[in-house]
Amino acid sequence: MVEKKLKVINKLGLHARPASLIVQSAMKFSSNITIFKDEYKIDAKSIMGLMMLAASTGTELLFCAEGPDEQDAIIKMEEIFNNGFGEEI
Amino acid sequence: MTADKTNIILTGVPASPGVAIGKVFLFEDDEFVFVEKAVPKNKIKEEVVRLQQAMAKTRTELQENQVDLGKMLGKNYAKIADAHMLILDDPMLNKEAVALINEGNNAEFAIYKVTEKITKSFDLINDEYFRERKHDIIDVSKKIMRHLLGKQKKTLADLDSASIVVAKNLTPADTVSMREAMVRGFATDTGGKTSHTALVAQSLEIPAVVGLKNITGQVSHGMSIIVDGNQGIVILNPSKETQENYKREHDIQIAQQKNLEKLKDLPATTIDGKEVMLGANIENPEEVRSVLKHGANGIGLYRSEFMYLTRKTLPTEEEHYNNYLKVAKMMMPYEVIIRTIDLGGDKISKLGLMNITQEANPFMGLRAIRLCLKYPDLFKTQLKGILRASVTGNVKIMYPMITQVEEIRQANEILNQAKAELRKEGKKFDEDVQVGAMIEVPSVAVITDIIAKEVDFLSIGTNDLIQYTMAVDRVNEDVAFLYDPLHPAILRLLKNIIESGHNAGKSVGMCGEMAGSPEFTIALLGLGLDEFSMSAIQIPKIKNVIRSVSMKDAKNLANELLKCNDRTEISRVIKRFKYR
Repeated sequence: MVEKKLKVINKLGLHARPASLIVQSAMKFSSNITIFKDEYKIDAKSIMGLMMLAASTGTELLFCAEGPDEQDAIIKMEEIFNNGFGEEI
Repeated sequence: MTADKTNIILTGVPASPGVAIGKVFLFEDDEFVFVEKAVPKNKIKEEVVRLQQAMAKTRTELQENQVDLGKMLGKNYAKIADAHMLILDDPMLNKEAVALINEGNNAEFAIYKVTEKITKSFDLINDEYFRERKHDIIDVSKKIMRHLLGKQKKTLADLDSASIVVAKNLTPADTVSMREAMVRGFATDTGGKTSHTALVAQSLEIPAVVGLKNITGQVSHGMSIIVDGNQGIVILNPSKETQENYKREHDIQIAQQKNLEKLKDLPATTIDGKEVMLGANIENPEEVRSVLKHGANGIGLYRSEFMYLTRKTLPTEEEHYNNYLKVAKMMMPYEVIIRTIDLGGDKISKLGLMNITQEANPFMGLRAIRLCLKYPDLFKTQLKGILRASVTGNVKIMYPMITQVEEIRQANEILNQAKAELRKEGKKFDEDVQVGAMIEVPSVAVITDIIAKEVDFLSIGTNDLIQYTMAVDRVNEDVAFLYDPLHPAILRLLKNIIESGHNAGKSVGMCGEMAGSPEFTIALLGLGLDEFSMSAIQIPKIKNVIRSVSMKDAKNLANELLKCNDRTEISRVIKRFKYR
């Protein structure tokens, strides 16, 4: 299992478009990818789960990947987050 | 309520400006109905297959929608269908629905229950934007349900004459099949300013009023209706007089629209050569593009509250600075007037500010400049952010809700401290940054001559000025009629404010809704207003009015209006002026 804390850095936070981007990227991996925030535990492949987090800019999320491509999955997630989902930071 | 009663006024949230008169097309949303049925063990597998087939059909439907939506509203809106596809594929929906079927429930019940559970969690979200997204989920679930039940929904494609669409709520799936030319306006029970109905109406530039609570229960097909998206009201069974008033308003709109595109790069100048500034009101930097597109030459009101409302902690100086700098740069060389926070203590206390008590009457309580003066550090942080952004040279500061001159002096004192700190920290700012006061409390509307000596400019906030002067809450439909921008008291106050400002050599602007309503433009021009600031999409309309009149006529109208004793006389003067 691989774990990584990732921070939402784009200005508008994790709204619908970034949520879609995360789900679409997560789906490319066969590993289970789970996100933890406060009392929430959600599946990174669930758009509704991600929206429920309502994560604003500055929020830290803990990502856990488990499966054959867990390392690559986390690297990809890290890349997406550090890039501010391709939006204004 | 009897069916033949005329002029039934319903108040909602103005979601898209403009006025539309027409007949009701009652868009009946098929309720989320389901039959709860136990499924015997040996049929469970079949039931799961039935659900999967319904989902596959829904997928095909969404793919078709995606293409249509893109064609109608552009690429960004096709992303709505994208999001729907992801919801359909969401493991939360799939897994939990299948689990419920495995427990012996039918597919309809499973979808209903899962949707209910998910939307309940969405209701708990603080952020309005995310909360509104639950409609996307309900929308997808309804589609699955329809395919399970094998029903065909009556869609907005069934519209056959220009109608006002009245519905509980409109979803992307509803509006995608709508033939635009057939729709004159929207009126819905639910929704806020960021709901799908509002977004579609704005992009199609048709009026919409949302959040009317129960309009669907009060109308029937074919009923006469007026949607006034400027004021956020809907009038059912309008009387002849009301229809005439609105018809006139509507005709002006149509005539204006034809000229709007040509107006973008032309100055807001009267026939006899007096130029006024038309600015836009914004809430966040994202709106600047639309501001420029509509030909604004400045931002007359940057509401800084947005930064406080979308988060759980107070914004830092750096965050203020970045936000304002972005807007200032994008707007160069036009001016940007940043209003310091205009919030009540209730909103700020959520961000961790201590010792704020519950207020019985927040509109008359600790808010705006009063709050800032009580919590100078909160204020100074914002002022430092604004000051640093002022290096671009086009930024101005405006204090809201000034009630007495001492407040300006105290606020300037804190501003000077902020400047001193920045100098010490070696951070640059515009030493000559201009400071203005909002005139929105009747007390300062009376003593504007005193206020004008202490500031560089004035801006009239008509929404509050009218509300406080008339002692009327305009969302209260029983008294909303008292909210009258042309009331003799309001006109006299406006005259006094503008004259006092000019006597002191200061420019006077207006950033309330009155500035963006074409029906008042000429009177305001006649009173001598220098700057009009409004929602960006109103700018071409206002510019058109200004370019069609002379200052001489405008002054005459203002003088005539100032002589009126009551509403009847006012209506007569306006009518006579229109047909002069």
